Amino acid sequence: MANRINRDQVQHVAGLAKLEFTDAQLDAFTPQLDDIIGLFETLSEVDTDGVEATNNVSDQLNVMREDVADNWGQSQALLKNAPDAARGFIKVPAIIDESEDN
Amino acid sequence: MNFETTIGLEVHIELKTNSKIFSPSPVAYGADPNANTNVIDFGYPGVLPTTNKGVVADGIIAALALHATVEQHTHFDRKNYFYPDNPKAYQITQSDKPIGHDGWVEVDVDGVKKKIGISEMHIEEDAGKNTHERDYSYVDLNRQGTPLIEIVSKPDIASPAEAYAYLEALRQRIQFTGISDVKMEEGSMRVDVNISVRPVGQEKFGTKTELKNLNSFNYVQRGLEYEEKRQQQVLMSGGAVQQETRRFDEKTGETILMRVKAGADDYRYFPEPDLPALNISDDWIKELGDAMPEMPTKRRERYVNELGLTDYDAMVITQTKEMSDFFDATVALKADPKMAANYLQGDVNAYLNDNHVDLQATKLKPANLAGMINLISDGTISSKMAKKVFKAITNGEEPKAFVEKNGLVQLSDPAKLQPIVDDVLQSNPQSIEDFNNGKKRAVGFLVGQIMKQTHGQANPQVVNKLLMAALQQ
Repeated sequence: MANRINRDQVQHVAGLAKLEFTDAQLDAFTPQLDDIIGLFETLSEVDTDGVEATNNVSDQLNVMREDVADNWGQSQALLKNAPDAARGFIKVPAIIDESEDN
Repeated sequence: MNFETTIGLEVHIELKTNSKIFSPSPVAYGADPNANTNVIDFGYPGVLPTTNKGVVADGIIAALALHATVEQHTHFDRKNYFYPDNPKAYQITQSDKPIGHDGWVEVDVDGVKKKIGISEMHIEEDAGKNTHERDYSYVDLNRQGTPLIEIVSKPDIASPAEAYAYLEALRQRIQFTGISDVKMEEGSMRVDVNISVRPVGQEKFGTKTELKNLNSFNYVQRGLEYEEKRQQQVLMSGGAVQQETRRFDEKTGETILMRVKAGADDYRYFPEPDLPALNISDDWIKELGDAMPEMPTKRRERYVNELGLTDYDAMVITQTKEMSDFFDATVALKADPKMAANYLQGDVNAYLNDNHVDLQATKLKPANLAGMINLISDGTISSKMAKKVFKAITNGEEPKAFVEKNGLVQLSDPAKLQPIVDDVLQSNPQSIEDFNNGKKRAVGFLVGQIMKQTHGQANPQVVNKLLMAALQQ
């Protein structure tokens, strides 16, 4: 196995995705992820010297909508799809407030 | 040991658009929870965001207002994190090519002018809002997708007082463009700060701490003052400042440790694939720039140099665009600028504070303020009478009509006042004798008698003149 990614990094990435893996799973996923990265490394074989970075594969540009408000009236239906709702809110297990500040 | 302080500020400004940045849901406050949401705001699979042209325009306007360079080849990026108020598990923001970069604002701290650099500003979406109760948390996604501009300062701010001045300059310039209300108390302006200190001469910046819960410009300054001192004391006692997030306590004015930061944030930014890139044309930038109102710094120069206001007056008048526009309109109607400035700072501001309203929400009109001031200037009414007239113009009444209706006209005609003066003198021989014996106070008594006779309508200057002439005969 080439060392493109190690066990600790897999655990770290799992943590960012709020996933918990057992030791056995870590052992199994690490070489698999390593292979996947290896597959993507094939792309590095292409000579990109002098080619501008691609940010978007769409050939569209400047697609914008006018600033007009339109309420689609979907909130009741959306709340029905939420695992739980109360008083118009989505109800979730208690969370400690460490909200992001964007 | 002497220290240098370095402060960085990240300011989020909520834009006053009609619709959200990536969905047509309305941007409005006070709606029922989740009432202003749709499938896009909820981050449903398969939905596509669309860019609101108004938000891009506001981004360009903010860049121009802050002397920044508009990035004409710009795009959005994804910032990945999990949290219940963030339904897509990523925020669409800008990282690689923010819409504006390398701007500045000028601040004035105790008469010393300084330019504070802005490294970049970008447009992005706000997250929803969580409320926490004992066993559950509740999520309202009305705010999800509300457009924000984040403005990041360069490490140029060297004191808490400069931080305050920077925020005030930023607030004013943005307020004048009209793209946001920029009110901290209403959450349309939010401030995150970081601060570090280092011994003078040290090249490397000190370890910085982040401060949270700074809900007014005053708290920002006080929080920074406390933190500046705390870090200096840590260093002087041989310790090391930890990279951590601290919470400002409004009651004690202290900062309290919230959490120690472990390593850099891991947001795994990448270009947003769901939104086409933007090429902003020179024409569009010019069009937006041409439509921008005169900025507060320019207005202050004009008020001081052309209208003779003091720096302080000019500063107060330019707190908001509405106030400054009101002043300009009042002066354009030939009202004395100094008097107009005094009324705006005094009676008008007091009225706004007492009633907790913004100027534009009142019935006050420049034409009526100018009308009242002109009535004072031409001697029709006294400034004492103007108190009643001011009350009337806050109800939208026309000052001249009000004055006539209520008989508030000042008596300035000497021919009409002379008989009253003569009459009062005749009934008060004692006062004349007192005056002749050098008791100047007798004049005050006589003026009072004349004012009483005329129900306060006599012009005090004219009365004085007539009285002195009669007494010195």
